[in-house]
Amino acid sequence: MEKPIIEIVETIDTARVYDELSDAKSGGICVFVGTVRDFTNNESVISLEFEAYKSMALKEMEKIVDQAAEKWSMNKVVIRHAVGLKKVQEPVVVIGVSTAHRDACFAACRYMIDTLKETVPIWKKEMFEDKSVWVSAHP
Amino acid sequence: MEVLLFGIAKDIVGKSEIRFSEADTLPGSVGDLKRRLIASYPEFGKLSSLAVAVNSEYATDAVFLTKNDEIAIIPPVSGG
Repeated sequence: MEKPIIEIVETIDTARVYDELSDAKSGGICVFVGTVRDFTNNESVISLEFEAYKSMALKEMEKIVDQAAEKWSMNKVVIRHAVGLKKVQEPVVVIGVSTAHRDACFAACRYMIDTLKETVPIWKKEMFEDKSVWVSAHP
Repeated sequence: MEVLLFGIAKDIVGKSEIRFSEADTLPGSVGDLKRRLIASYPEFGKLSSLAVAVNSEYATDAVFLTKNDEIAIIPPVSGG
């Protein structure tokens, strides 16, 4: 596997990821792009605000790539998460992987986004018309 | 000893770090720190989970703390 691209950035440019993952030995590229949705539980979301414990978040993202690399043969990997205020439809996370065959590609991409949501110290606050809520904070 | 706060933890305390001075009794372990936080700020007890990172790694309640550690309160994460 080539050295993965693991970043926390202010703004995500989704157009870059194809070139970053394109690879002669790979027969497939899977990319998951997480974006801001306009409604949560029938309430209109204005924007999301993301905050990261950056040094630890980067370490946890590296661990996720290492774990995925033990399970699947990956050629190139991109994990890029945004911080700051994001409006509806804006991209907030990109997980991309290129592999020889598609089964590993889908599985590794799925594993990395699912694990990121569980372990990486990044928080989002949903901003509504009249309130704001830290997502998942309370049972 | 400084404890970094993120997300809802920052809102609960009203600042981005808690400082324990040398004059205070420093929390000796992760478990001790959590108990003291919940005692001072009961809102911490209402969260879905409350984790602590020591030097950028998740730490169990048994982990000892020293004043030079980088300590952070990790409320329930919600990236992605």
